[in-house]
Amino acid sequence: MTGRRRRTARLHELPKVWLRHQAQNALAALGRLLRTPLPTLMTVAMLGVAIALPGGLFVVTINIKALAVGWERDAALSVFLVPSVVEADAERLAARLRERRDVAEVRVIGRDEALAEFRAYSGLEDVLAGLPGNPLPVVLSIVPPPAAGDAAALEGLAAALERLPETDLVRHDADWVHRFQALVELAQRGVSILASVLGLALLLIVGNTIRLEIENRRDEIRIQELVGATNAFIRRPFVYAGLWYGLLGGLVACLLVIVGLLLIQAPVSRVASLYQADFPLIGLSLPVLAAMLGIGTLLGYLGSWLAVSWHLRASKPE
Amino acid sequence: MIRFEHVTKRYPARGDALRDVNFALAPGEMVFLTGHSGAGKSTVLKLIGLLERPTRGQIRVAGRDLARLPARRIPYHRREVGMVFQDHRLLVDRTVLDNVSLPLVAAGLGPEEVARRARAALKQVGLLRHEAACPVALSSGEQQRVGIARAIVGRPPLLLADEPTGNLDPDLSWEIMDLFARFNQVGVTLLIATHDIALIRSLPYRTLTLSDGRLVSDAPPRRRR
Ligand SMILES: Nc1ncnc2c1ncn2[C@@H]1O[C@H](COP(=O)(O)OP(=O)(O)OP(=O)(O)O)[C@@H](O)[C@H]1O
Ligand SMILES: [Mg+2]
Repeated sequence: MTGRRRRTARLHELPKVWLRHQAQNALAALGRLLRTPLPTLMTVAMLGVAIALPGGLFVVTINIKALAVGWERDAALSVFLVPSVVEADAERLAARLRERRDVAEVRVIGRDEALAEFRAYSGLEDVLAGLPGNPLPVVLSIVPPPAAGDAAALEGLAAALERLPETDLVRHDADWVHRFQALVELAQRGVSILASVLGLALLLIVGNTIRLEIENRRDEIRIQELVGATNAFIRRPFVYAGLWYGLLGGLVACLLVIVGLLLIQAPVSRVASLYQADFPLIGLSLPVLAAMLGIGTLLGYLGSWLAVSWHLRASKPE
Repeated sequence: MIRFEHVTKRYPARGDALRDVNFALAPGEMVFLTGHSGAGKSTVLKLIGLLERPTRGQIRVAGRDLARLPARRIPYHRREVGMVFQDHRLLVDRTVLDNVSLPLVAAGLGPEEVARRARAALKQVGLLRHEAACPVALSSGEQQRVGIARAIVGRPPLLLADEPTGNLDPDLSWEIMDLFARFNQVGVTLLIATHDIALIRSLPYRTLTLSDGRLVSDAPPRRRR
């Protein structure tokens, strides 16, 4: 009766004992790392760079993407009217188009205005002066409503404009934005590949560091095996060391990326103000921070686990 | 407790260290294992503790067929087989108490129980006052006794000792054999490998003799006078 009760009490305490054991191991592993601060710092710095590089590039691509989304939103459709359409017809057409739901704003750019604008921007004044008349057509600049920003709606609008008898050509200013976005997409793919390669490097760095540590404590491991320690028991301190390396590496990476962002913040704002664009850098969002810490920790864990398992496999009888 | 049936152990590039060895130990026995250097004494102990696996033949320990024991069960097997090594195998940078505690810590016991039982084991070998010392600060005989305390701290039913009196003077040897006899009295089965003929002659225990890997004699225990 009492024996049974004691047994249940013990079973009840098992998770507590286990947790305490884990916590002790984690702290002991951290203590060991801190006892050799210089090598630890070097490893952690290496890991930090390996994580910060793809992490930072990823943040940069996110920012560029956000920028492109803004451009796309502001992009207008330019409708070049056939030369026979005069400005009065164009105004009537504009009034009709303003009725449409998928049109927010229509501006008529008269031939003279277009010529003046072209002159100012192109710097080809002499050539233009030599021309007999104004070769430019009347242009409607159509801005879709901000809500209807999706590509399909825009395509529909462009097609409808194309069908108008007055239309000569519809040019979508967002085309180049799309091309730019595809490029950014490509860059992001590149960052992913870089991240995979550096992830592998990180695994190897942690694995090798832990392997050296195992070499140093080879006798201790052997003795633990002889007195009946399980693989899990032997592995635990090393795996915690790997976890710490990964976590600290992730922290260093976060610091590096934050500092990097702060450093480029000022020049970027200056460039942005040149284009009258308000472009605040999207800093490290919480998910990105968490990802760098999490991936660092996970790879640290994996690297050390593999290193110890390798060693244990080699030291077992047959 | 231990049964060897047609056990052969071949080390690669060396030939047979054991050839067709057969013997059995009943629970509670205390037995010497002797033979010239290289005869295979240590190999027998290593096979029992599963530090090595036999090339051929069957070994049963405490009812378990060692050949069928999966690798992940080996630690649990070793917890039931206390091992004393000639070279002590102590952790030199840990205290005596830490060394003796190791099997219990590895078995997942709580700190209070570990400390209590490790001190009890140290007391049994008469080294409680050295618990905070490092093994290097102890004499060879004392280190050997730390190794013994570590071997018995988990209260294994079987104790294997490889040359436990290897380089000790006769007085210390006696002391250690006395310790083993006391464990034996409380039911521990002991297999002691030694080439100390004088020691074997002076004690009445059953003696197995190996020569070039073969078991050449199995002398029954003599009557105690
Ligand atoms: N790991 C090993 N690899 C190769 N050969 C080994 C190995 N261990 C032992 N041997 C060989 O097996 C034979 C038996 O060795 P073992 O250690 O069992 O002898 P022993 O009786 O304990 O000798 P000693 O009294 O010198 O300790 C020896 O010839 C030895 O060279
Ligand atoms: Mg030997």
